[in-house]
Amino acid sequence: MSQPSMLLAAEESGHAIGEASGWFLENAWLIPVIPAVAFFLILFFGKKLPRGGSEFGLAAMLGSLVIAAGATWQWISSTTSHYDEAGNYEVEPVIREIVWWQSGPYEFGLGQHIDGLAIMALLLVAFISTLVQLYSTEYVNGDRRYTHYFAALTLFSSGMLAMVLAPDMVQLILGWEIMGLCSFMLIGHWWEEQANSKAALKAFFTVRVGDMGLLVGTAMLLAIFGTLQISEINALAAAGEFDSQNMLMWTAVALFIACIGKSGQFPLHTWLPDAMAGPTPVSSLLHSSTMVVAGVFLVARIYPVFHVGLDINAAGQSVNLIAAIGGITLLVAAALAFVQNDIKKVLAYSTVSQLGYMMMGLGVGAWTGAVFHIFTHAFFKCCLFLAAGSISHTAAHHSFDMKKDMGGIWKKMPVTFGAWMVSTAALMGIPFTAGFFSKDEIIDSAKHFEYTWFYYAGIIGAFMTAAYMTRATYLTFFGKPRGAAAHYMGVEHDTHGEVHEHSAHPDEAEHADGHIPDHTVDAHDDHGHDDDHAHDGHATHGRPLPFAPFDSPWKITAPLIILAALAVGAGYLNAPALKIYWFEHQTESSIGLPIDHGDDHGGEETEEPHGDEEALVVSEVAAGANGPFASAAEGGDHSYEPSGPYAVPAPPVFTWANAAPGLILVALGILVSWFASLAVFARRKNPFSPFVGLTTRSRPIGALHSFLVNKLYLDHLYEKVIVRAVAHPIAKAAYWFNQNVIDGIVNTVGTVTRRLGGWVYRNIDQRVVDGAVNASGTAASESGHALQPVQSGKVNQYGALLFGAAGIGAILLIILNG
Amino acid sequence: MDPFKNNELLTIGTFLPLVGVVIMMFISAAEEQLHKMIAIVTAGATLVVGIITLLQYDYDASGQLQFVVNEEWISVINSNYNIGLDGISLPLYFLSMVVTFLVALYTYDNMPDAGSPKMFLMLMLILQVGMAGSFIAQDLILFFVFFEIVLLPMYFMIGVWGGEDRQYASLKFFLYTMFGSALMLVAFLAIYYNTGAESFAFQHLYEAGAGIGRNTQIWIFTGMFIGFAVKVPMFPFHTWLPDAHTQAPTQGSVILAAILLKLGTYGFVRIALPMLPQGAEAWAPVIAVLAVIGIIYGALGCLAQTDMKRLIAFSSVAHMGFVMLGISTLTVTGINAALFGMVAHGLITGMLFFIAGSVKHRYHTLEISRLSGMLIQVPKLGWLLGFSAMASLGLPGLAGFWGEFPALLASWNPNDAILGDQLELYRVLTVIAALGTVLAAAYLLWLYQRTAFGNPSPEFMPEAPAARSLSAAANDEHHDHHAADDIHDVTPLEWIAWTPFLVAIVVFGVYPQLMFEIMDPAVVELVNVIEAGVG
Repeated sequence: MSQPSMLLAAEESGHAIGEASGWFLENAWLIPVIPAVAFFLILFFGKKLPRGGSEFGLAAMLGSLVIAAGATWQWISSTTSHYDEAGNYEVEPVIREIVWWQSGPYEFGLGQHIDGLAIMALLLVAFISTLVQLYSTEYVNGDRRYTHYFAALTLFSSGMLAMVLAPDMVQLILGWEIMGLCSFMLIGHWWEEQANSKAALKAFFTVRVGDMGLLVGTAMLLAIFGTLQISEINALAAAGEFDSQNMLMWTAVALFIACIGKSGQFPLHTWLPDAMAGPTPVSSLLHSSTMVVAGVFLVARIYPVFHVGLDINAAGQSVNLIAAIGGITLLVAAALAFVQNDIKKVLAYSTVSQLGYMMMGLGVGAWTGAVFHIFTHAFFKCCLFLAAGSISHTAAHHSFDMKKDMGGIWKKMPVTFGAWMVSTAALMGIPFTAGFFSKDEIIDSAKHFEYTWFYYAGIIGAFMTAAYMTRATYLTFFGKPRGAAAHYMGVEHDTHGEVHEHSAHPDEAEHADGHIPDHTVDAHDDHGHDDDHAHDGHATHGRPLPFAPFDSPWKITAPLIILAALAVGAGYLNAPALKIYWFEHQTESSIGLPIDHGDDHGGEETEEPHGDEEALVVSEVAAGANGPFASAAEGGDHSYEPSGPYAVPAPPVFTWANAAPGLILVALGILVSWFASLAVFARRKNPFSPFVGLTTRSRPIGALHSFLVNKLYLDHLYEKVIVRAVAHPIAKAAYWFNQNVIDGIVNTVGTVTRRLGGWVYRNIDQRVVDGAVNASGTAASESGHALQPVQSGKVNQYGALLFGAAGIGAILLIILNG
Repeated sequence: MDPFKNNELLTIGTFLPLVGVVIMMFISAAEEQLHKMIAIVTAGATLVVGIITLLQYDYDASGQLQFVVNEEWISVINSNYNIGLDGISLPLYFLSMVVTFLVALYTYDNMPDAGSPKMFLMLMLILQVGMAGSFIAQDLILFFVFFEIVLLPMYFMIGVWGGEDRQYASLKFFLYTMFGSALMLVAFLAIYYNTGAESFAFQHLYEAGAGIGRNTQIWIFTGMFIGFAVKVPMFPFHTWLPDAHTQAPTQGSVILAAILLKLGTYGFVRIALPMLPQGAEAWAPVIAVLAVIGIIYGALGCLAQTDMKRLIAFSSVAHMGFVMLGISTLTVTGINAALFGMVAHGLITGMLFFIAGSVKHRYHTLEISRLSGMLIQVPKLGWLLGFSAMASLGLPGLAGFWGEFPALLASWNPNDAILGDQLELYRVLTVIAALGTVLAAAYLLWLYQRTAFGNPSPEFMPEAPAARSLSAAANDEHHDHHAADDIHDVTPLEWIAWTPFLVAIVVFGVYPQLMFEIMDPAVVELVNVIEAGVG
């Protein structure tokens, strides 16, 4: 077999383009390979090692991080040295592939496609994974499946990394599905509890439903473009080289269905809150930089397909599929976050909501804003999850119930509290945090590109985000300590006014086996945990009460501090408010489409980006996105004439005036929610007091509340109607058909034939069959006799029957066709 | 040795098992261990010949037949002993040797209850001759003879060493296949006479077959279709399969799934399509529809099962549906996918049947509702079940994916030179087939959740439940040995027999080019023949 050869492909292109180079860039394919190898090492040797294999996982992630950092550095130096005076930052992607499989005219590659987007994601994933691994060494310490946990976690990162540098759709699918597998393993980590294994199944299965779209969409891409290489697909789509825009639209729809499943978009978002059944570090990894981001990443990765296929930014378009799903998701999820008692579920819905922002951003043409939001969101959401884990680990005795087991703990956990507050500010989009810069650009773009509805969705979403996060913050950190937290704080709880014995478990490691199997309080509020768990002797790990301010161990707080710093700092890579566009320049060549800066030459970059405000504050985006095969794609009855190559509009220029409505709503959200929380949870008298208990007093509001609590009844539809129908009546009917109809026919034919057999044997066989056939028949008969007790004589008959029938048939055919 | 010169390598590789059979015939049936050893050694020697074949094979000329022998055989009917190997048959030929060897090895410790290893292993070796022969035959009569040799040993394996309902299952298997064979033979004779009764050689018929009138081609194809479709098995000819699989001893199930079913699909690819291109053109949409019905129907059948082994059996109907869907596209990608899918299904479903056998051996039941907590009681077996289930549902990175995904790619883009006017139909079918991947995930994960997760059911807990789950908590093999009398984890012999399967599933899944590279040139040749024939 020929040795697969590495080939370095650098594509020729019209205008002067720099070539990125360097060892790290050319060997970036090692980034996913290292953790993949580590996975096998952990699996086979992990148990024999002193740290149960976690050393492999952590080392592998560090190795990946080093290479990713090196690649980032080399990419930045390439882009900086290659940008010309026209503001052209384009650097060719570094594509290296080996032939993964060939089939007739096609060759599909395995390798790497490194460009700004891939670099961003690689660094992000490697970085967050490293922190999560470090955190996990403490958090799941002593778990019975410690080794398997690290194996799955490492493979998970590998899957995401393989996906983000995929040069080819098939490799993208590989990474995509490996993540699906690992999420199954990790969500169901404590599978002794049926609720957990159900959640794992649900996650895998829901995503798999969406994956139908991925498989079919990929086949459609092959049909349209004749290739599955991402760079070629992007180039062909951007150049309008396809036969039917209608087909491209359906391709975009099919692929987007996969993204709906993976990124937890409405209406397939229901798996995501259940996925909280997994250990908290897993939730933080899944919901920050990996897994759920994969869908958004896919849209960003082959953006020309979606942009052209769905006519995004076409003149007069006010809605399209991606924006609509994103907009609905961000509002619905934010509403659901209000009715959660489980802190992790608040964060889960918050993730869904933020993913909705990202999708909406991509849907309105704000590619940079959406991608930057992936980047910033990863830090603060990861931080929030880890903070929640820290609270649960240290203060709430593995409970995540804000109402039962938390409250007032800000004093005792200053680091966790600080990290939480900073990340919450970033999530709300408070000015000068990272979340502000990224989210504002999405909202601003929606307004500027005339997706007015989505602008409103965006600012209302910002209000809701501020409100539910304030509620969660209040319940967790303020007010009176309750349940396990009260115990931890050394405060007597109202209903359980007793101090428990607490010396049974002297160290941290001991309590961890409390996870299994009867303490699976991580599960969720509906199953598995109740007050009893929170009040056995574990809660304080044997420390005297009341004790001094005490936070989680450094392996937990260190990641928190780093992430909190980044929840602010990461924003300054692209802060339009401060005229910083660095991130944009690093990644804009990954859009795959030219950027239209608002002049008449759509697609050509003659303007210096963001240099001139006049040129950029363009309320009507030039109709650069019209295809040669214009067809009204999504909800647009507009008519427009084809006008050359496709392009995305340049991001709008930031002004505080534009940002003001959103910011006012955020402030309002915080205030309203704060006072409402005081009124509802602390029974303080304030203007919101009249609303307390409204859900029980007012029927419509009560109905809305239970509608939300029941997750819009979508789970009922999926589980009780669709799944049950397929799994029971439909499957049973199919099986009945099989056993009674098809098999019935077979058995009848068998009986009839058996009767016929005797006749045939007597009348046809002896006369027709020739010598060669007789010889075989005798052989069959011989072996038949040898095992006579089994089926005496029958073989003989069947053999005869066979050859008899064959003979007749042959004669008939010869006569008919002769 | 030059693979293009006449040589005996294939003949030796194919008939070597008979040497073992002859030796075993002269040894008393009481010498059970000796018989086992002879069978293992014979199968091992056969495998060595297979490995030599792999080494001698010229991979740069994978599109052409190699190791060709063409000797006069039955001159009365112009049938020759005409054999050869190319990229289409090499993987399957070799797979049959590997599977037989590993199954023989597995039998050493896991003889089915009916006993008499002498007969059992002799039948197994004869079976191997038939399987290997079918893949090397380049002459219709020779192919038919090998194809039928397979039938009897399997019939007896099910009928003698099978489960409670073995009589019915074996008879059904036998009759059904015979029925198909009869029509197939008719078709073979018809094609022979319609091409001037000159030769049964494949190569000759590839050229001459296209000359047959279109309607006649369709008729002859019908005969072959039924013959091969029964073997595959395709909906609606599949009902023998769940019974045969469920009743067969583990060894029988593994061989049946891994190799026997592939004789049908191989027949389509090697014989029916290139010899009767216009017949194929007319039948392809029908095959595609039946294949997709099989995918959905098989999956629904799985969801209705309460018995693990029967569920796996039904999943074969669905998987072979993907294989047939690939074939029906008449494209290089589709047929490549089908060939890959055959090997992958052989490995994965074979592995699943091994596991089912081991579960039955330990728990004496395969009722899904009675099994639970395998991951605690037999953690390694539980892991292997999970691994195989993931492979079976087509997870990328494992072999199963490369049978399914390219088949979907191909069915969205069927051969437009031949099936251009059927584009819409194929595209609708693609979407429905994609739904099959979702259902596959459903039934496999559901099976896994119920059998492997949770806590072990008390009926299989010899000790106090608490102590038991604690000792299993250590996740250590040693604990399981003293804890339970019957229920133990994977034995060393099982590891030896299974590891090649597991490694192959991973290796071909991670780097499928290993196999595509061999098959692709041969498939390109094949599709050229079909396209030329349709003209």
